[in-house]
Amino acid sequence: MTNPISDILKAEVILTTGTNTDENHPIIANYVKEAVTRNGAKLLVIDPRRISLVDHATLWLRPRPGTDVAWINGLMHIILKEGLQAQKYIDERTEGFEALKAHLETFTPDHVSATTGIPADDLIAAARLYGKARPASILYAMGITKHTTGTDNVKSLASLAMLCGNIGVDGGGINPLRGQNNVQGACDMGGLPNVFSGYQPVADEKAIKKFADAWGGVRIPSKIGLTVTEMISGAASGQVKAIYVMGENPMLSDPDKHHVEHGLETLEFLAVQDIFLTETAKKAHVVFPAACFAEKDGTVTNTERLVQRVRKALEPPGDAKEDIWIINEISKRMGYPMPASTAEAIMREINTLTPSYAGITYERIAEKGLVWPCPDKNHPGTPVLHRGNFTRGKGQFFVIPFKPPVESADKEYPFILSTGRVLEHYHTGTMTRRGSGLNRLYPEALAEISRADAQKMGIAEGDYINIISRRGSIRVKTWLNDRSSQGMVFVPFHFHEAAVNLLTHAVVDPVSKIPEYKVSAVRIEKAS
Amino acid sequence: MSMVSLTIDGKMVSVPEGKTILEAAQQTGIDIPTLCFHKRLPPIGSCNMCIVEIKGRPGPVTSCNTPVEEGLDVATQSDALHAQRVINLKKILLHHALDCPVCDRAGECDLQNIVYKFGITDVAFEPRAQKRDDAYATSLIRYWPERCILCRRCVTACQSIKGIGAIDIIGEGDEARLVPVAADKCKSCGECLSVCPTGALTENLSRRKGRPWMGKRVKTTCGYCGCGCQLELSALENRVIGVHTETDDGVNQGSLCVKGRFGYEFIGDENRLKTPLIKENGQFREASWEEALDYTAKRLSAIKDQFGPDSIAGLTSARCTNEENFLFQKFMRAVIGTNSVDHCARL
Repeated sequence: MTNPISDILKAEVILTTGTNTDENHPIIANYVKEAVTRNGAKLLVIDPRRISLVDHATLWLRPRPGTDVAWINGLMHIILKEGLQAQKYIDERTEGFEALKAHLETFTPDHVSATTGIPADDLIAAARLYGKARPASILYAMGITKHTTGTDNVKSLASLAMLCGNIGVDGGGINPLRGQNNVQGACDMGGLPNVFSGYQPVADEKAIKKFADAWGGVRIPSKIGLTVTEMISGAASGQVKAIYVMGENPMLSDPDKHHVEHGLETLEFLAVQDIFLTETAKKAHVVFPAACFAEKDGTVTNTERLVQRVRKALEPPGDAKEDIWIINEISKRMGYPMPASTAEAIMREINTLTPSYAGITYERIAEKGLVWPCPDKNHPGTPVLHRGNFTRGKGQFFVIPFKPPVESADKEYPFILSTGRVLEHYHTGTMTRRGSGLNRLYPEALAEISRADAQKMGIAEGDYINIISRRGSIRVKTWLNDRSSQGMVFVPFHFHEAAVNLLTHAVVDPVSKIPEYKVSAVRIEKAS
Repeated sequence: MSMVSLTIDGKMVSVPEGKTILEAAQQTGIDIPTLCFHKRLPPIGSCNMCIVEIKGRPGPVTSCNTPVEEGLDVATQSDALHAQRVINLKKILLHHALDCPVCDRAGECDLQNIVYKFGITDVAFEPRAQKRDDAYATSLIRYWPERCILCRRCVTACQSIKGIGAIDIIGEGDEARLVPVAADKCKSCGECLSVCPTGALTENLSRRKGRPWMGKRVKTTCGYCGCGCQLELSALENRVIGVHTETDDGVNQGSLCVKGRFGYEFIGDENRLKTPLIKENGQFREASWEEALDYTAKRLSAIKDQFGPDSIAGLTSARCTNEENFLFQKFMRAVIGTNSVDHCARL
């Protein structure tokens, strides 16, 4: 997020898109509702699903899945036609405006309406709502990024925000809501194939030298490594021989499950460390029992870049060990004894090698966290990014053409499948499908289809259906509601017995390498 | 912002316009007894414990919902106020079973504390008509009508914090009762039970895991989504017996969702991995750490030697800490010698 969560309370208008905030970020949803009910802010929801946040919205637009660039360009077209843009901000702080303006010429309300299915009048109303508000906040999540055009979608949202002067100001910003407790931190720490911690590129000789020297003169390649989807393909093709997995479950989380299974089974060696024997761990040659969050010390970084403490409350069960100990023991046996053996000592190493985390110490965050960038021990942290200047200098407008999704509904596969999460469960269900509490509320996977479609196919509430794509088929119970539009089906991916990633395809966004989980073509048959 | 000056218990106080007398008193360090008041909620004014006298006005007023005015002369303590508060508290206790020995909340109960403070012992008890088996909105939260004082904190929290309004108090007098009015909208977030000043709403997971004061409370960050909620795990005999929050703490300000508040059972689940496993002939067998670590280091070294570092890849985790992620990528880059490290940020 460019802005803190509490900034939502300062916004005049909140635009949410591709985020089912009530279910996936319930506490952030509290802020959105408080902004509306107590502060009189207006909520603009743009989402193919009629999620519960719509109850609080001034206006809700329902685009066809995979048409985000079209409606975003459409809103910008109207904002420019009506002169609602922040021209002074554009002139002083951005570049590329004239090219964008020329590009937007063809995105007329009628044209965009035909692509997205949103009525032209609603597009105009939404553009006025967002365009006239200062400040306005944009919240988005993986409904925007899980597309082959995910990067285009995000760049377009950034342009929309800059067009109205909403980046670098209190109460504004472009704010991705991140799904896991430390997905932000895992990226910050260099858990990515192209960067070290603090996003220092592995292709930069100076960065390589800095890390290689700090780590005792080791040789680090400058070649960018493989992403998770490329690792799986590499395993299948024989290029990758071994994978070491710490606390991930690609068997359920990755697209095209058959493909993943084949890849993992082809490996010469698979090591998995986890807290349960997950679907992925079952494929391993060796499994290490790990400690869970309640059994270790450390820090995690939330979606607003706030670094906070995790503290040990329990001893791990049986012989389970903390991940740090396990990695250090393997490392030692491979001839490289790691100097740091506690979380706090590793944080000190992070401080010295990662400018954005340089000032974040356990002592300073004992009571309250700090927001990176925090470049030194006296720095108060940086809750709002791009204030005064963009990190790169001028804010760049990008010219983004509309590209349709890889698959679209056709005669053979007439439905669009979107996958996602539900409130009661978390990712691949490793944690939430244990115990009775959450499972009493949401015991099995439910496919959400519209009542109208169900009626046409003779499907009643709770009937089982088969959902079939070009890659596979699953059997799943139905939940008839009006959250899905006609021609759309939503299935959560938490459930191994109805593994929806048997259906999804593995074509990814060319830059972010995120799969197009929000658009797969499927057909539906009533199951016996 | 214009300031308003008033006198409370003889002290001059200056506070911003729009503040209540209660807020002005709290700011000055003057303690007024409260029960239905909760700092996360708008004033409710149902318990009449926070009454104060204003010079020149006929009767006492509730300080939680009376705004300050220039020149007010407020008294928070007097014999008459004390007597009236005792009467009001006894009225509340009339429908509250003093079943503290078997109540989950004993030891951290606002009602218990205020009754103790006022030293009330002689109270009658007339149970309400509502039976315990009346359904609450959700299977995770249990409602105990004989403990409910109908203070409306839960109703207000569901409405003002969650914007849902799944529960309400309907009926008057002895017929009044808390009922789910929109059960389908209830998300089991537990906001209601976290603000309940008694044990009328309790967690309906396994009961009798330990009394509130027995657990060791450890402040940490929730392990689920990216909101980063602050919470306390209550641990007893190496098990989590509950999750608690502080109203002033963190982005969540005391709120949690159903996963954060009730989703801790996995920690003590019997199927947790407890020993290293090595696969032999397609079957796992238990192994010692020494054996599993030696085997792994040997295999990784052999594959690296034979096929080169880029034949090995690593998946780090969005569920692990910063320190673990840093160490993992360091291991892949410095020890294996590859940049093939990624995690499920994309998924």
